Amino acid sequence: MGDKTMTADEAVSRLESGMTLGIGGWGSRRKPMALVRALLRTAITDLTVVSYGGPDVGMLAAAGRIRKLVAPFATLDSIPLEPHYRTARESGSLELMEIDEAMFMWGLRASANRLPFLPVRAGIGSDVMRVNPGLRTVTSPYEDESTGVRETFVAMPALRLDAALVHLNRADHAGNGQYLGPDPYFDDLFCEAARTAYVSCERIVDTAELTKAAPPQTLLVKRLNVSGVVEAPGGAHFTSCVPDHDRDEGFQRLYASMPWPEFAGRFLAGDEQAYRTAVRAWHEEQS
Amino acid sequence: MSATLDGVTMSEVTVGGVTRAEYCVIACAEAWRGDGEVLASPMGPIPSTGARLARRTFSPELLLTDGEALLVGPDGAPEGWLPYRQHLALVTGGRRHVMMGASQIDRFGNQNISCVGDWEQPTRQLLGVRGGPVNTVNNPVSYWVPRHSARVFVEKVDMIGGVGYDSAAAAGPTATRFHRIPRVVSNLGVFDFATEDHAMRLASLHPGVTVEDVVAATGFELVIPDDGVPYTREPSPAELELIREDLDPKGLRDREVRG
Repeated sequence: MGDKTMTADEAVSRLESGMTLGIGGWGSRRKPMALVRALLRTAITDLTVVSYGGPDVGMLAAAGRIRKLVAPFATLDSIPLEPHYRTARESGSLELMEIDEAMFMWGLRASANRLPFLPVRAGIGSDVMRVNPGLRTVTSPYEDESTGVRETFVAMPALRLDAALVHLNRADHAGNGQYLGPDPYFDDLFCEAARTAYVSCERIVDTAELTKAAPPQTLLVKRLNVSGVVEAPGGAHFTSCVPDHDRDEGFQRLYASMPWPEFAGRFLAGDEQAYRTAVRAWHEEQS
Repeated sequence: MSATLDGVTMSEVTVGGVTRAEYCVIACAEAWRGDGEVLASPMGPIPSTGARLARRTFSPELLLTDGEALLVGPDGAPEGWLPYRQHLALVTGGRRHVMMGASQIDRFGNQNISCVGDWEQPTRQLLGVRGGPVNTVNNPVSYWVPRHSARVFVEKVDMIGGVGYDSAAAAGPTATRFHRIPRVVSNLGVFDFATEDHAMRLASLHPGVTVEDVVAATGFELVIPDDGVPYTREPSPAELELIREDLDPKGLRDREVRG
């Protein structure tokens, strides 16, 4: 088994402008923020971002890196509206494919299964069809047994990804990834739907260590879907990564209220170590 | 019990002793009456208190989550696992009744939490459609509006996330087959679509509210029954005690709806 460990900077150096990038987690939950911060340190731009949106979308939008967003929402959870996403939308600087949460999941599934589309009921009758004129429908070849009707569904196109970025609690050096919180979100699907995937984690451990205290069904991501493993303790900060750490609500409030140039200047000007030092200093000021 | 005292102190007690927020809890709870063994998915403090009240009283078969990935019993002990991926699949199976919020809702029940203004460049970006499209064509969807106004109850919503009766009918059998909007609850009353053309109807007024109040706060023509509008039912003493002492002792309901 090859050793796939690398730094966050090495991982993002393999990405290119114009790529379609899937970002795991959900809202402000277990987002691969250290990888997003590393991405912000590069000149990579013109991205199509596919995400159950949170501050990952907000930061990349604020930095002008997103050409097109594919998402059912963008939220900070405890703060309902993502401020930088709002600004981007209200200034018209973002192309958006707005789809339903379930359509999004089936789009990833179609890609993971190498299908061009999957039929879904969701979307029919809603303005998702109006704002996405490229969405097509598909009619069942079978008559419904009870109604005799051949129903027409949305043909949700595969959400094919050039690369996926996800953050998990543990991984081994080969790329077997483990979640230890209550929800896997869709991180395995993001990796399966992508040509390449980069997994950051709180801690890289020996393979045997993964199942010493946790059951095998916590092993969410398989190494055959992973190109790189990054050890990034606190790598989801300021989003939650239970049980390793909760969301940093105080810092999230700061992110949501501080003007972006000021926030970026104070916290994102240096490397990940500098970020952590700046966050610690801010917390000390608050106490 | 100090929690009881705090709960009562923090409530804005009306003449009858029942607050507006408590009528709202009752009206939300009633949405799940008779639903049987399905998942109740309430969004927001008052619908959440209502759903738990329904389970503790007249709808004990309901399933409820902890708001994250666990199904929990009335004592908070986990009885099942429901991460987002299973939740989204359960929606399509239909054994669920969700009560969503609505930044805008129109007379046929089209709902918007996505954005206000032109979708291409909105004047106010909100959450996005979230699960509105999948919910409304798969399982019953009710709505909760804590501040009833003509800015929320509009003639036409700017972006249809939750599918209304006219939109479902226009889209055909795939949309209408499992589509149902049992009720809309606001701080002023309860509304349904039990009319010939599925236009929104005033079903009950919370005590202290008049038909004129509701009409003035609604941006479209509501159906007002000719034979009079009933009041939202009174909570029983046992229900009031449950709400105040067990389900919402901190009075979160009063922060959502005043008076």
